[in-house]
Amino acid sequence: MAGLVIEREVLIEAPVEVVWRIVTEPDQMSQWFADRVDLVVEPGAHGYMQFGDQGGPVVVETVDPPTRFSFHWNHPSGEEPVAGNSMLVEFTLTSEGDERTRLRVTESGHELRDWPDAEKQRYTDEHQEGWGEFLERLASVLEARQSS
Amino acid sequence: MTTQADDELWSAIADPSRRRVLDLLVGTGDVSASWLAGHVPFSRQAVSKHLVVLEQARLISRRKQGREVLYQIEADRLDQATKALADVAAQWDRRLVAIKRLAEASHAAQSHAAQKKKRKH
Repeated sequence: MAGLVIEREVLIEAPVEVVWRIVTEPDQMSQWFADRVDLVVEPGAHGYMQFGDQGGPVVVETVDPPTRFSFHWNHPSGEEPVAGNSMLVEFTLTSEGDERTRLRVTESGHELRDWPDAEKQRYTDEHQEGWGEFLERLASVLEARQSS
Repeated sequence: MTTQADDELWSAIADPSRRRVLDLLVGTGDVSASWLAGHVPFSRQAVSKHLVVLEQARLISRRKQGREVLYQIEADRLDQATKALADVAAQWDRRLVAIKRLAEASHAAQSHAAQKKKRKH
């Protein structure tokens, strides 16, 4: 998927329902994520996350138990998340048997969805790689420049 | 949460169209907005908007040559962006490991309680 920024995953020895609870319940989220989480886990809900002495708004996008949960963040306080001002965090839970779950998280800009489909397809075809590969390539170009 | 400067960097580089513009600038250096517009699938107006955002994030800079305005990348800032990305990825890794621990501990406690209950019956 073009526009992808970061994708990480982990394999967890617990059923998908247990992992879902840890990922989405605000009192659980405060144990692995923010210091304080004020959030109703419903699509469109506006919440707030506190990290140390900093904090910011969060807007829930998708809640599809027990497999998909996503929210926007990093947009300025008082503004709605729109193209260009926010990041989308998406959790995908995949059950791999009764006792095992694959948890994937992606954090990305979501501007691509505002593009016309034809352009989106063209861009995707031309730019298969995500942000990570892009920056890696930049880094090697920059290195080559500096050493020349 | 990230700082204001990081936010600018993030949103500047998160947009695939802007990455495309940056990509072209890395490959060529010192080109005009019109030249860029001829090499991307979006309008000249969109290119101008992207250049403003990239310049605000200090990922590129401009200079005047005669009547033309030429754009070039800011290597140090791009280098910083690369490191910022690695930091964010590491942060997600830490969070995923924390989720794993919490979920596995919770599951172990539940199974233990269920077994205890079973033994009582």
